[in-house]
Amino acid sequence: MSELSGDAQWHEPSDWEQQGKLPRNAGLPPANVVGSLSITAAATDPGLLDLPWHITLEEWPDEYLAALPRGISRHVVRFAHLGGSVIAVKETSEHIARHEYHVLRRLQKVDVPSVEPVAVISGRTTPDGEELNPVLVTRHLKFSLPYRALFSQKLRRDTLTRLIDAQALLLVRLHLIGFYWGDVSLSNTLFRRDAGAFAAYLVDAETGEIYPSLSSGQREYDLEIARVNIAGELMDLLEGGLIEEHVDPLATSERIMDSYRRLWNELTGKETFGAGERWRVTARVERLNELGFDVEEYSINTDSEGSRIQLQPKVVDAGHHPRRLIRLTGLDVQENQARRLLNDLDQYRAEYYPHLDEEISAHSWLTHVFEPIVRAIPRELAGKLEPAEVVHQVLEHRWYMSEKQDRDVPLAETVQSYLDDVLRHRRDEAAILLNPDTKTLNVLQGNDAGDAPDHDPAGEPAASHPAHGTPASSNPDSDEPEQHPGTEPGNSPR
Amino acid sequence: MATVSFDQATRVYPGTERPAVDKLDLDIADGEFLVLVGPSGCGKSTSLRMLAGLEDVNAGRIMIGDRDVTDVPPKDRDIAMVFQNYALYPHMSVADNMGFALKIAGIGKEERAERVRDAAKLLDLQDYLERKPKALSGGQRQRVAMGRAIVRNPQVFLMDEPLSNLDAKLRVQTRTQIASLTRRLGVTTVYVTHDQVEAMTMGDRVAVLKDGLLQQVDTPRRLYDHPNNVFVAGFIGSPAMNLLELPVVDGGVQFGGTTYDAGQEALQAAAGNTVTLGVRPEDLELVPEGEGLSVEADLVEEQGADAFIFGHTMVNDQSHDMIVRVGGRRPPEKGAIVWVRPQKGHVHVFDSKTGLRLGD
Repeated sequence: MSELSGDAQWHEPSDWEQQGKLPRNAGLPPANVVGSLSITAAATDPGLLDLPWHITLEEWPDEYLAALPRGISRHVVRFAHLGGSVIAVKETSEHIARHEYHVLRRLQKVDVPSVEPVAVISGRTTPDGEELNPVLVTRHLKFSLPYRALFSQKLRRDTLTRLIDAQALLLVRLHLIGFYWGDVSLSNTLFRRDAGAFAAYLVDAETGEIYPSLSSGQREYDLEIARVNIAGELMDLLEGGLIEEHVDPLATSERIMDSYRRLWNELTGKETFGAGERWRVTARVERLNELGFDVEEYSINTDSEGSRIQLQPKVVDAGHHPRRLIRLTGLDVQENQARRLLNDLDQYRAEYYPHLDEEISAHSWLTHVFEPIVRAIPRELAGKLEPAEVVHQVLEHRWYMSEKQDRDVPLAETVQSYLDDVLRHRRDEAAILLNPDTKTLNVLQGNDAGDAPDHDPAGEPAASHPAHGTPASSNPDSDEPEQHPGTEPGNSPR
Repeated sequence: MATVSFDQATRVYPGTERPAVDKLDLDIADGEFLVLVGPSGCGKSTSLRMLAGLEDVNAGRIMIGDRDVTDVPPKDRDIAMVFQNYALYPHMSVADNMGFALKIAGIGKEERAERVRDAAKLLDLQDYLERKPKALSGGQRQRVAMGRAIVRNPQVFLMDEPLSNLDAKLRVQTRTQIASLTRRLGVTTVYVTHDQVEAMTMGDRVAVLKDGLLQQVDTPRRLYDHPNNVFVAGFIGSPAMNLLELPVVDGGVQFGGTTYDAGQEALQAAAGNTVTLGVRPEDLELVPEGEGLSVEADLVEEQGADAFIFGHTMVNDQSHDMIVRVGGRRPPEKGAIVWVRPQKGHVHVFDSKTGLRLGD
């Protein structure tokens, strides 16, 4: 688990006295002098000072905005450019802004997927001296997608189940470090493509609280909230004709319970077996590795006669495959992408350098496979997908091409075909900006048009539909590459 | 609808010695609006979460009606956490937005419609049921969110600082709405806030907590007029009560140049030679120079009908903050010295050591 569990180490001014909550009087700056800003940030970007903090967010001039606002939110939220990135700025009360800032910082420290907090800015006043609400600034997660951006006509059932599985995994990871969310929903989550699956990131921590560990009541209630919210979100999509008709919102939302419980039990459950079955210790660790977790600590107890063994993982840490990939190649990617790339890397070694050190063959793979693919992406297509996702898709594309043509298609040829037939026709996903804080209300305005409700963003640098045509091997309106039944894309030929 | 009882309910977090909530005994009547109030870390939210099933109860038990719910999962307790989430769904009608959780709970169409209609009537939303949330004003949307909790007909509403993210104006408005709505519904409500003004204006009764211990539970009036200890005296009331440690002398306490009769019964009960005298700002009267205590006005806040002097006085060579309410017509200026004395019978006497109230 993390530094947050066990003996709580509160590095931030959170409050041991009042579990999970930031004390009202902690960490607050001295009373603001009228007209002077107070900025709380880990590392202040000087560009922050250039933003028009003296103007209420609602009236920010267009030139500062990265995207036009959409819809109605509990709070006013705007996206703006800051240096090379896009930030989300949310107007809220000082207490809530600080609470959320500190919670997000703590989540970042323990490496749970969440948006990065940039600053809390208070003491805002208009030139006339009128007080303005403080803001929380977070950095927009590049290549992340709101769930409503994952489909353009209709949300497919299998996409939906992947989303829900990703959400369940995120919830498990949050619960493992003692985070009670209090408002689990697809709307409060962003998704990144992860080699055919999705990786979920927490966006809204307003109701979140961090404890040394969670009670089962807290976990169950979070799950109940997730179930009700997801069902509500799906009923809404159904009402709006945005989901395949045969999707049952209730049954689908139940999936998060099953998916969560299965994972939670595998990660934390006690297992008892006879002394002769010690292989089950290794088997359990391997199963956890396969799920993407490393076991950092486990407890083994035997009964008085020594005939029964009880095993329970104590500290599990997500990121098993990314850690191995980063050690071998320095590439920092998501779980399934890492799994996919490692698979390719291992095959590459088996084929070309079976007797070489793993590190050396990994270096060769990086130079001869990964980097050439990334370098081949023309600049104008760089905003379509994350590089690691492109490499995954190219490897997959190569496998399909090879199978279809019954020959080993060389990498260069595959890359060209992929760029021309697939990537070029995708929309940009580097910065799709639906208001991440809003509940689904935020798409009200977009949906009023009725026909293009979901992922058309509200301005630069947001996405665009493919200009024309449908690519041969992938439907841009689907979020998945075309599936080839009966084939196994994991073993691409060289 | 039901009563709620905390019976010696205790919560100790792993790794800590002091309980976050220590042997809480609290009986909440059917239909009552009870507010839990106290400073950060007092245990109010923990108590609410224990009732909600979000916290393990380490000792004691919690009852809803006749049912011991100590070990019952949250969703089976028949409670509703209000404002946990007020997301509204854009494609669904207001009626569906209010009733969708009932559908999830497997409640039939007719009953759903009936409950939604009843709630809409209470919330003055009947004319909007078929509309989409977009057509509603901000206040109406908030009422839809409340409707979502109401249609569930829970035994108890639980609210943990539901107004904390609203601006001051909307907060006052909404707190009035919540208070009147829950009373009309007659549903037992437990409401947590750190704001004593909110507590006093909303609660049928208010439970004041500090360091995990219940200090006093009473009607707002009784808490104000008869605080059981120094903590409650200082916490309830805005501006706060003046609390001064004064020597006990023949015939009363030494209040500056005056011997003030604070009631023999109370003074005789004091353990030491001093008592803590509590006087609310409105219970001090101006007296001629040389009588009572002199207060130097550091700041004068004029409120029209009244003015508040925020100043300081010296007792035993130590400076103490003092707040005095005076008439608004001719308040003293900043820097002025005024002389004050408690009005007859309007003081609270506390033991200087234990902080407990002495006498009636």
